[in-house]
Amino acid sequence: MAVEMPNQLLNLRTVSTAYGKGQVLWEIAFDLDKGDAATILGRNGVGKTTLLKTIMGQLPVLGGHIYWHGDEVTAMKAHQRSRAGIGFVPQGRHVFPHLTVRENLEVGLSALARKGFSGPRKIPDMVFELFPKLTQIADRKAGVLSGGEQQQLAIGRALAGQPELLLLDEPTEGIQPNIVQQIEDALMRVRKELGVAILIVEQNLDFAWSFADRFFVMQRGRIIKEGRTDTSPADEVASLIHV
Amino acid sequence: MDAIFLTGQLFNGFSVASLYVLAALGLALSFGLMRVINMAHGEILMLGGYLAYMAMSLFPGPLGLFVAMIFAFLGAGIFGGFLEISLVSKLTARPLDTLLATWGVSLIMQQAARDLFGATGVSVTAPAWLDGGLTLAGLQLPTLRLFILVSAIGVLLGMAAILRYTRIGLLVRAVNQDRPTAAAMGVNVRLVDCFVFALGAAVAGLGGVVLALLGPVTPSVGQSYIVTAFLVVILGGLGSIVGTTIAALIIGLITALSQIFVDVSFAQVLTLLFVIVFLQFRPQGVIAVKSRALDAE
Repeated sequence: MAVEMPNQLLNLRTVSTAYGKGQVLWEIAFDLDKGDAATILGRNGVGKTTLLKTIMGQLPVLGGHIYWHGDEVTAMKAHQRSRAGIGFVPQGRHVFPHLTVRENLEVGLSALARKGFSGPRKIPDMVFELFPKLTQIADRKAGVLSGGEQQQLAIGRALAGQPELLLLDEPTEGIQPNIVQQIEDALMRVRKELGVAILIVEQNLDFAWSFADRFFVMQRGRIIKEGRTDTSPADEVASLIHV
Repeated sequence: MDAIFLTGQLFNGFSVASLYVLAALGLALSFGLMRVINMAHGEILMLGGYLAYMAMSLFPGPLGLFVAMIFAFLGAGIFGGFLEISLVSKLTARPLDTLLATWGVSLIMQQAARDLFGATGVSVTAPAWLDGGLTLAGLQLPTLRLFILVSAIGVLLGMAAILRYTRIGLLVRAVNQDRPTAAAMGVNVRLVDCFVFALGAAVAGLGGVVLALLGPVTPSVGQSYIVTAFLVVILGGLGSIVGTTIAALIIGLITALSQIFVDVSFAQVLTLLFVIVFLQFRPQGVIAVKSRALDAE
């Protein structure tokens, strides 16, 4: 069942995921087009991180189908999806702590081992333009960096693979406000200048609303509401995601 | 007991440690990265020994030893890669199954060696240039043992250089630190596993050459080294190269020095006792390896 639309990027069709015997996601379905910016909202434990991991291929699906550019990728491994153009910024940043900043970025270049890629396999200048701090700390071990620096590194590492879609899991969690602003500006540029689509899991509603065009609200492993951020007041959605 | 005798025993300890390092590095690497306990590792050592025997029979000249080292390194490496792809990779999420399956492989290899080369074993004649020794301040250092020591140091430096300066080394370190994230960055973690397993086997192959220089290669020779190799890996901190090297030195020196006072069997008892007591006080081993990939599992 390939979906035929020229702008299509990612399609989920009734995707369910389980950890062992406990099902976490139930029949998730949505579409993302090229250049889209969408946010996934919901309380803790509703399955937002599980959803991103499922899209990334870190968790096997129990049922349903995932399409990338119209081709089924449901059975593809994580590294193959990364090479197909899906970039990932995991929750908690997950930088490689004993590698330097530059080495972390170089690991991100692995995603360029994709069919049809003929450009240079080096860290794009754009990464250092977006996050100038990374140039200064290029030779420091990632494990000793501050949370904000690690977050910039994690985003830079995903961008090093020149993705078409960037999945971000709570990029503002535990980050000081001025860095949050920097991250927001950087993601705006990534979207506008590089045309990268963004799917972001976020608890910070202001951040999500200023950034995303579309939203999905999750409850107990299902999408219970979706819409556009310009036509839905944030307050209305807030009641669904805050205790 | 004079100083020269003591220094001689110390030197012996270092050369025994060299063999332990070569035997244990592959185990440490594959355990550190994949949490795989390879019970056939001793037999890969044995394979290296037999490959050395064959190479040196074909090239008996003074450079035959170097041909043997290349032959054993490549042969054992290819065998390790094959073992990883055909068996270990299918069982990675099941550590107990891997242990049993590789034990089965070790039994098959021992029997194959018995059928092919006979039960009594074969001997390698070390080239003439390894005879004799250097005399330093009244101390006689056998060339053979010096060669083994230098080879082990060379392997260690080579391994460190691969991990530190090459692209594949970078990917090995990344996978070791955080496997799921490395995969999400486009790293083919299966390929990295296979490379590490093959490299570990190749180093064990070199260990086999050393073993062949020290004594006869028999079908069960791997068994006599595997227990010590496991001790070294555990004492070293499960997966750390630096830790493995230090642990090999500790065990090599204890074995050699205790033999001044007691016989070989009792020296082994003392070594085992030392490891037990050491782990009581420092269960994480010499170097504690922190791996987020393992924390997450």
